[in-house]
Amino acid sequence: MKKLLTATALVALMAGGASAQQTVRMGTEGAYPPFNFINDSGEVDGFERELGDELCARAELTCEWVTTDWDSIIPNLQSGNYDTIIAGMNINEERSKIISFTQNYTPPAPSAYVGLTPDVDVEGGVIAAQVNTIQSGHIASAGATLLEFATPDETVAAVRNGEADAVFADKDYLAPIVAESGDALVFVGEDVVLGAGVGMGLRQSDTELRGKFDAAITSMKEDGTLNTLIKKWFGDDADVF
Amino acid sequence: MFEICADPKSLEGLTWLSCYLTSGKHMNMYWAFGTVLLLLAVTAPIAMLFGFFGAMAARSQFFVLRLIGKGYTGMVRGVPDIVFFLFFVIALDQGIEYLMHLVRCPDWTDPVRNGLEFRVCPQAKVPLNSAPQTVHQFYGFMLAVLTFALVFGAFAANVLYGAMQAVPRAQLETAEAYGLSQSQVFRRVLVPQMWVYALPGLSNLWLILIKATPLLFLLGVQDIVYWARELGSAKTQAFDYPHPDWRLYYFLALLVFYLAFTRVSEIVLNRISARLSKGQATAAGEAMRKAGI
Repeated sequence: MKKLLTATALVALMAGGASAQQTVRMGTEGAYPPFNFINDSGEVDGFERELGDELCARAELTCEWVTTDWDSIIPNLQSGNYDTIIAGMNINEERSKIISFTQNYTPPAPSAYVGLTPDVDVEGGVIAAQVNTIQSGHIASAGATLLEFATPDETVAAVRNGEADAVFADKDYLAPIVAESGDALVFVGEDVVLGAGVGMGLRQSDTELRGKFDAAITSMKEDGTLNTLIKKWFGDDADVF
Repeated sequence: MFEICADPKSLEGLTWLSCYLTSGKHMNMYWAFGTVLLLLAVTAPIAMLFGFFGAMAARSQFFVLRLIGKGYTGMVRGVPDIVFFLFFVIALDQGIEYLMHLVRCPDWTDPVRNGLEFRVCPQAKVPLNSAPQTVHQFYGFMLAVLTFALVFGAFAANVLYGAMQAVPRAQLETAEAYGLSQSQVFRRVLVPQMWVYALPGLSNLWLILIKATPLLFLLGVQDIVYWARELGSAKTQAFDYPHPDWRLYYFLALLVFYLAFTRVSEIVLNRISARLSKGQATAAGEAMRKAGI
């Protein structure tokens, strides 16, 4: 009886292995519209959802969407909770040391300051930014006082309630918020171009998977579908390839 | 959900609100209340079991068992909950996957640990990548249950250990004088009498456990606090139901939920306490006897 049980357990263990086909788990934040957000039916939606699904179709992969805290998005990739980061993550040197990126799927985009009045001092004031972003890194190395928040929404809320003088984030994220604020929020100062555009992040050892996604992005760039997608989600004035 | 909700942006007033509150995302939040209640319902008995065996081990006459019992309570009680939640769950998860890796992919040559990366062969993933998201969620939930049970079991063990020591010696001696064996004394006299001493400590633990449930999000389970933050944050026109920052109202709702839940718990615990005190050799039991209850 005991032997039988052991054998059954072993067979069960082995059988799982044979049927495992490649499913790629796509990790995103779900709090950064229009890049990625959870829509009102509770599903991941946005530019990156549409892009990711198309990339998976072209690379012939089955993809599953997973949301996670921005703060732990890189550690969770490394410990294998999901296989890619597709979360509006800009390619920069610091991140490239610990994870590898595909080629960018948005051109290098400007980051912008948003405050309550146009005369906010963005060089010496208190600036809100999301933790572990290229924007927070930029503020930390500049002269302003950095106030970090876990989610992008909280950075904007901090400006509205006066905790911070301005928020510094991707202009693509801030533009709809400013447009819908009814003049309560305005862009301040000059835009700054940071990073090398947004790309997908993968484990450094996953070279094969990165190759597949790279090829899919290339094909979308070539046939113009990527530009159409960028215009759909970021407006007709958005930078395209 | 309803037909009138098909075009949310044309709605106003109460219709808008009723459609808003029944959106798929809100349903997720309502389900999350269920998740929290289920977690409590599953965790509490398991934590009690851990606590009971921990206390028994700590009282054991065998040195090794005593060491395990005392070591368990000492270790877990001495480490901050949040550290335990972050460290233990990752270690457990990776430990399971590493074992599966050894079983399923004996021929794998790439290193499992590569700098900061932890990478087992695809067949060793628990659950498998190809498993539906619900399986991943269930696995995450079970990890949460186990972690909560381990942490709260250690506290319960200490409470139960104290309660076992608090049963008056005279009670046990009387039982021994009647010729009961040690295990009979334990089962028939000590355990039935210890609950009245354990209850204040256990009720504290229960309330702390209720309040600790927001830690679930650390373990990747989307609990009510996660959904309150997500639903309450300001929404632009990209969403079906745009609204300004409403986190205050969502957190107020959580406040009411937690207060109501702890209040109900207190009422139930007080009743249990009264029932347990009846006929006991304690001050409360004596007072009840005199009052003729």
